[in-house]
Amino acid sequence: MTPFLFHTKLDQTLLLGRHAKNLKELEAGLREVPESCLYFHTHRYLRQHHFLSPEPPNDFAYWITEVLVEPALGERISSLDIVQYHSLEDLRTELLRVIEEHLRDATRIPTAPAGQEFHFMASRTFVFRTPFSASSMNEFRSILQRISVNSLYYHIFEAKLRLERGQNDFSRWFRDNGFADLATRVERLDPYTYTLEGLRHTLVTLIDAYGTH
Amino acid sequence: MVHIDDYRPIVGDSVLDELMMLSAHLRGRRVQHINSTAVGGGVAEILTRMVPLLNQLGVETRWDVIRGDERFFATTKKFHNGLHGIPVDISDAEFNAFLEVDRENAAAMTFDDIVFVHDPQPIALVEERELRGGRWLWRCHIDFSRPVKNVWTFLEKYIARYDSAVFSAPAFARSLSIPQALISPSIDPLSDKNRALPEGTIDEVFRRFSIDRSRPVVTQISRFDYLKDPLGVIKAYKLVKKHLDVQLVLAGGGATDDPEGPAVMQTVREEAEKDKDIIVLFLPPSSDIEINALQRGSTIVLQKSLREGFGLTVAEALWKGRPTIASAVGGIPLQIAHKYSGILTHSIEGTAFWIKQLLHEPAFAQRLGANGHEHIKHNYLITRHIRDYLLLFLSLFHDGDVVDLSAGASSTVTRG
Repeated sequence: MTPFLFHTKLDQTLLLGRHAKNLKELEAGLREVPESCLYFHTHRYLRQHHFLSPEPPNDFAYWITEVLVEPALGERISSLDIVQYHSLEDLRTELLRVIEEHLRDATRIPTAPAGQEFHFMASRTFVFRTPFSASSMNEFRSILQRISVNSLYYHIFEAKLRLERGQNDFSRWFRDNGFADLATRVERLDPYTYTLEGLRHTLVTLIDAYGTH
Repeated sequence: MVHIDDYRPIVGDSVLDELMMLSAHLRGRRVQHINSTAVGGGVAEILTRMVPLLNQLGVETRWDVIRGDERFFATTKKFHNGLHGIPVDISDAEFNAFLEVDRENAAAMTFDDIVFVHDPQPIALVEERELRGGRWLWRCHIDFSRPVKNVWTFLEKYIARYDSAVFSAPAFARSLSIPQALISPSIDPLSDKNRALPEGTIDEVFRRFSIDRSRPVVTQISRFDYLKDPLGVIKAYKLVKKHLDVQLVLAGGGATDDPEGPAVMQTVREEAEKDKDIIVLFLPPSSDIEINALQRGSTIVLQKSLREGFGLTVAEALWKGRPTIASAVGGIPLQIAHKYSGILTHSIEGTAFWIKQLLHEPAFAQRLGANGHEHIKHNYLITRHIRDYLLLFLSLFHDGDVVDLSAGASSTVTRG
């Protein structure tokens, strides 16, 4: 078995110095901000609130629902199936499509109260090697239970969407080592609807069920 | 002295291990903090705790304080007010005298690899950068959301000469030519204000202040300042009191430079005299244990500010697992996700409505408190603050959105 090298990541939050007071300004911002901004605002809650269940929605949906008080649009943005996108540009296109559609039919453009504007931010990610590597499924299972949530986050979320590896790192390693069924089952999970600890538990359960020949 | 390992039981092994890993990448770099006061004020308080911890992590760190005369500090007080949006007259002579003091300080100082300048007072030290080298960071700890033009125009020239600027809340970000990082302030879970207290200590404090723990207690800890809206809190309490037998505690320091402060305090006193369930406590500065106990023993904690910098009293209450209702101003929305980790309100009526809701639904209130505690644990403790500083220092030596340090030598992937 090729050893699986566990990595982890830590994020620096950058301020872009740009804000939106209403949906039109949000739409204009979404067209121009870097991908790292889209990533930040669609994944911040996963990182900052990874213990919460039910998990709050992404930043765009939260602001649209709670500040602009547009619950229908907020719900559409919060239920975007992020797991199906393979690149942040695809996600940007979809976010813009949903907002444009709403604006086309809108009879009014609500404005955020002063002090509650949407501030565009971005992530800069630093990737590190951990001391952990797995050369067997047993080792993998054991390490999975002790790595930090940042490591889990890196291999599941960051690898697929931000680094555009097409699939999460765990599924790739399972498949390369003859566990195609396990790889597919992990791929089919929607990790965005779990807390990170819930996701960790589910992965261990799947390994127990499908991780032996 | 507190040791970095003392935080391990609170935040867990993985957080401490990450700090060790980050600091290993900074070995050999020397960091120098510079501000204008050694004691008193939030910056000195955090540096007093942070500098020894960074050294324990192996990042060689020192802290220098610049000197200035009365005129210098009178001018920087005007900068402070101007950054808060208050119009100020500053003459060319005052600007020049300010620069002269910074230049005199610079001439007497040595600078390290990473020079971390705090707040406007030492901002012009960066004039030395071209001559003496190094990477320079400027952090503004104060509310920067509405700077007046003359102060902004003056400071902007100097900010632009730094490698990066750091702000405490997203609303403080500006259109600048240099990168801007968000680093929120933090609380220290080992300080007297935040450490766990025996139930007996909480009981004793409540008894001493004649607060009845058998009935609900709603508390706001803050200065008696117009911007903290203690009168709005009393109005909200009165709306609740029509339906529920509740006590209100307003506790905080009496000192304030708000010109309306004495009038606000007088009205608060008069209201308290009319209602024995309004308990007003003017606490001396050394009351950290009392504040800790009041927060821990309260049923609900309020922070109904009209304006706020970051509002760390909210983090303090959430850390103690208290259901917290606070205004959606300044840095408070970063600390509370509405209906998930606390309640955000915009009015006296809204505050009263949510006090009643939380008193009627203790299980929901408890869940908010538990979520709030977790949120603060992961995002607003001093260990997160140290991590952000270490990442900030690393960012001075790497470009790109994704910096891969996994192979020892760095490589960078840039997207967007």
